[in-house]
Amino acid sequence: MFEHSFFVILASALTVIIFIPLYRVLAGPHLPDRMLGAGAIGTKTMVLILLIGFIFDRLEMFVDITLAYAMLNFIGTIAMAKYLSSRRKGKP
Amino acid sequence: MSLVHIPALLVLAAGSFFLLVGSIGLIRFPDFYSRCHATGKSDTLGVMLVIFGLVLIEGLTLNSAKLLLILAFVGLTNPAATHALAQAAFRFGLKPWFRKPPSGRPPDRPAEES
Repeated sequence: MFEHSFFVILASALTVIIFIPLYRVLAGPHLPDRMLGAGAIGTKTMVLILLIGFIFDRLEMFVDITLAYAMLNFIGTIAMAKYLSSRRKGKP
Repeated sequence: MSLVHIPALLVLAAGSFFLLVGSIGLIRFPDFYSRCHATGKSDTLGVMLVIFGLVLIEGLTLNSAKLLLILAFVGLTNPAATHALAQAAFRFGLKPWFRKPPSGRPPDRPAEES
């Protein structure tokens, strides 16, 4: 029972931590800063999904979701980098 | 609560601490490359520590094998993604930030130009 409340506290703290890079996404001075903030949010969301799986005691489902989410996060960041390398700063 | 829970909870707390440090570095550092440094290493270590703590709690099952796969995947791909993004930003035209200008040039701070 103690570990369950610890998981709830940790997931709540992680929800607060996820909102910190959102400032960089909203107020980033350049385009790569926003992309980096989006990638950081995705990485922390992965951990939050795992903790939710432990809280609801349905880990066998949430582990697969986390694996797919990790792959999607990686592919998304690579796609953003590919898009970014085809642009120049200052040009629209 | 068995004996393995105490180091597992310590590892979980350390991992969430590293996630917090990575987030603070992401909003406090002056330019894009130092922000890459913050989020590429601290977040990777934090995620790996949290998943390792969950493996310690879960025990020796199929789920913990999948968790170890996720741990290896994150440890491989998160630095690679950060490196790809940094290289793309260098081609994009972002200049690194210096505290002092390198050779008499006026100080340029990329975080404050439009």
